[in-house]
Amino acid sequence: MSVVDRPIVSTETAGADSYPEHHFLNHTKGVLSWALTLDHKRIGLMYLVGVMASFALGGMFALMIRIHLWNFQDGWLDNKTYNQVFTLHGAIMVFLFIIPSIPAALGNFFLPIMLGTKDVAFPRLNLSSFYLWVTGLILFLTALSVTGLDTGWTFYTPYSIETQKGGAVLAATFGVFVLGFSSIFTGLNFIVTINTMRPPGMTWFRMPLFLWATYATSIIQVLATPVLGITVLLLSAERLLGIGIFDPKLNGDPVTFQHFFWFYSHPAVYIMILPAMGIISELMSVHCHKGIFGYRMIAYSSIAIALFGFLVWGHHMFTSGMADVTTVVFSALTFTVSIPSAIKVFNWLGTMYQGTVSLNTPMLYALAFIFLFTIGGLTGLPLGALSTDMHFHDTYFVVAHFHYVMMGGTLVAFLGGVFHWWPKMTGRMFNDKLGMVSAIIVFIGFNLTFLPQFVLGTRGMPRRYATYLEEFQDLHRLSTVGSLILGFGLVTALVVLLQSLVNGKKAPRNPWGGATLEWMCSSPPPHDNFSSAPTVGDPYDFSKIEYDGRVGGYVRKD
Amino acid sequence: MNFVLADKVAPYAWFPEGASSFAPQVDNLFTAILWICILFFVPIVILMGYFMWAFRERPGYRGSPEALHNTPLEITWTVIPTAIAVWVFWEGAMGYLDMARIPKGTVDVNVTAMKWKWAFKYENGGENGFEKIGKTELPVLVLPVDRDVKLIMRSDDVLHSFYVPAFRAKRDVVPGRYNYMWFRPTKLGTFDIFCTEYCGDNHSQMIAKVKVVTEAEYQQALAKAIEEPEDPLERGKLLYKRLGCSTCHYAGEDGANGPGPSYNGSWGKQVSLENGQEVAFDENYVRESILNPAAKARKGYGSASPMNSYAGRVKDEQIDALITFIKSLESAPPKAK
Repeated sequence: MSVVDRPIVSTETAGADSYPEHHFLNHTKGVLSWALTLDHKRIGLMYLVGVMASFALGGMFALMIRIHLWNFQDGWLDNKTYNQVFTLHGAIMVFLFIIPSIPAALGNFFLPIMLGTKDVAFPRLNLSSFYLWVTGLILFLTALSVTGLDTGWTFYTPYSIETQKGGAVLAATFGVFVLGFSSIFTGLNFIVTINTMRPPGMTWFRMPLFLWATYATSIIQVLATPVLGITVLLLSAERLLGIGIFDPKLNGDPVTFQHFFWFYSHPAVYIMILPAMGIISELMSVHCHKGIFGYRMIAYSSIAIALFGFLVWGHHMFTSGMADVTTVVFSALTFTVSIPSAIKVFNWLGTMYQGTVSLNTPMLYALAFIFLFTIGGLTGLPLGALSTDMHFHDTYFVVAHFHYVMMGGTLVAFLGGVFHWWPKMTGRMFNDKLGMVSAIIVFIGFNLTFLPQFVLGTRGMPRRYATYLEEFQDLHRLSTVGSLILGFGLVTALVVLLQSLVNGKKAPRNPWGGATLEWMCSSPPPHDNFSSAPTVGDPYDFSKIEYDGRVGGYVRKD
Repeated sequence: MNFVLADKVAPYAWFPEGASSFAPQVDNLFTAILWICILFFVPIVILMGYFMWAFRERPGYRGSPEALHNTPLEITWTVIPTAIAVWVFWEGAMGYLDMARIPKGTVDVNVTAMKWKWAFKYENGGENGFEKIGKTELPVLVLPVDRDVKLIMRSDDVLHSFYVPAFRAKRDVVPGRYNYMWFRPTKLGTFDIFCTEYCGDNHSQMIAKVKVVTEAEYQQALAKAIEEPEDPLERGKLLYKRLGCSTCHYAGEDGANGPGPSYNGSWGKQVSLENGQEVAFDENYVRESILNPAAKARKGYGSASPMNSYAGRVKDEQIDALITFIKSLESAPPKAK
């Protein structure tokens, strides 16, 4: 491997590895210095607070759902309220939490630092994307709560265009559209930054895999999100001008809406999972202190997933009465996505082999991810296969499957990433023991919540049911108990993080032994990250990185 | 403890009882996929656990920092999953094509889905009856065993989906067009029909039953299906369920409590309307509310899920029967909460 030059940063020597006096958090002071900041790190942190608050809100609704389902009938919500609550849960989690979570929060913070640059290519666009996100959030939440929207997060027509709800759907989809623009701006910014601002020595195949994943995600964001805009436009044209597109009363076709909706929303699933896979690639190599197994295959598979992801939207509509040929072709294409995902799992395992595995909080979350994502991926097989899907479609089997992928996958990877980069972002170490406890509680609670739902689905329990048959009650109760444990685990994780801000130890420059550039600037990083562009080599060359007891972290021994 | 658990899972471990000709294919394919999943998942978890232990960070041990790369291994773990995926796809597609291709000589049933009720019309024009199951009266579709059944399905309002878990059969019901499905019941018995496409307030109560009977019993049921009682009150009661009124309006001690107003204790009273006026709850008001429901919405129901007009779907003497029925509820109490 080539010689890796040390980056030139403000404080250089090993002795000065301690907490820096000047960093981006105290570079300037006051509310306005945050509100008008162009610093990608501050924007990333503001996103982080925003998405975590959205997650807490969506999580409250999830618990309301689970508690309501404790009894098979006469729960504490009436049917209509229940339908509004599951709509709020789904819509908030998808549009306000999962889609922006990793790219906008962690991606914004670390993409420029991993590239050794001062900022993203368009810092003003970056800030405007944050304000678009806030605007979209306000519009969306207002539309959801004021109008009592109860269509589910999928807004299926014609239910969603019935007279008194039509306006609500228009307002909500407009909110989604504004959120979509925020997503497009972020994606565009990242694509340009990665294409033009890589430092000397960082060829495409020397990029950290998190950047490959972010790059693939950005491509999807830029290409798929406009379709959502088109859909909103068509919905408005139908409502305002009375042109029949989706409404059968105007001779439209409701299934057309499903095509439009999933043409965006299926690629959006990969906007959710690809960055998570990128985080896991980083976590596995850093905490195994070992180069990633099959780097090129992981990089290529990210791009493959992004491309195949555009071709499989029809698998949400296998029972809708599409032509048989279309249905069979979509099933075949769906299976192509499974292969790159499988390859990644094998590569992560291969990375552990003969490495030096540190068991700490981020690593536990990464291992939990592999466990849960494997279940999520494998249970996609009976849903992709047509004849079995005829039984499972729109049952709790689907609910369990996508929670394993989105929550067991994306959320757990997000938490792993937050713990992994927390010392870098805040300059504080968290309590690792308690962090590991939180990971274990989350893992147990998660499986207890969603494993019973697979069984409910195979037994034929349909989803989105406010009441259900008594025979399903035991499994539902098991799931509710699990969800409370899961909620407790997530609160524990939050407490561990917040507690570190109060009395956490000061973080060293490189607490875990990473080899990518963010570990070479101080914790927290200075305002400008690097005083001049560093020259870089292999991001996964751990041979010279050794633990140094004097600084309590890892240093490079050349 | 074991016995208790066994009791819970005794009726069906993974799947509900299979009662159609599709069930063996679906169940076998699912079992095969389940084993494939186990064969992947268990080694992955065992390896993960073993690597965690064997290569754990500890004093005196330092693993290799070099990235590994092994082309034969990578090709193997690409090719084998690909081959398995192709096989699963093929089996699923073949099973699906069998479900999608409707054979000739079927027993045809017209299915109408509406918020929030299933209605079935047999070939002789007769309509489905009802049975009290648990606390509620549910529509019952009677079908002959070992005959191919074709459903011609349409929706009055929004998307619905017809699902019989025991038959492993499901198909969306889309407004503005007919969707078809077929199956061949192979076992006698009563099975659940669920709506699996979200359709609003009482989506979860859009449940019906399918009763699979012998050919002789089926013929009897067909003959009974074309009868409507002579007595106007009895006829009104039947129509209240058959036309789907019961899915929104509470009446007597039956029906859903909302989103529509209850019939109990309304007859002959002055009722307030959404537009601020008052109207007498009489024959004309009932008639108008059936034929043009939006004309005089009751106070507090302006934003409730809208009712479709029954103009063209209900005959004059049927309206008379419904009026007789509502009249009989003049002093019935509201639903106890």
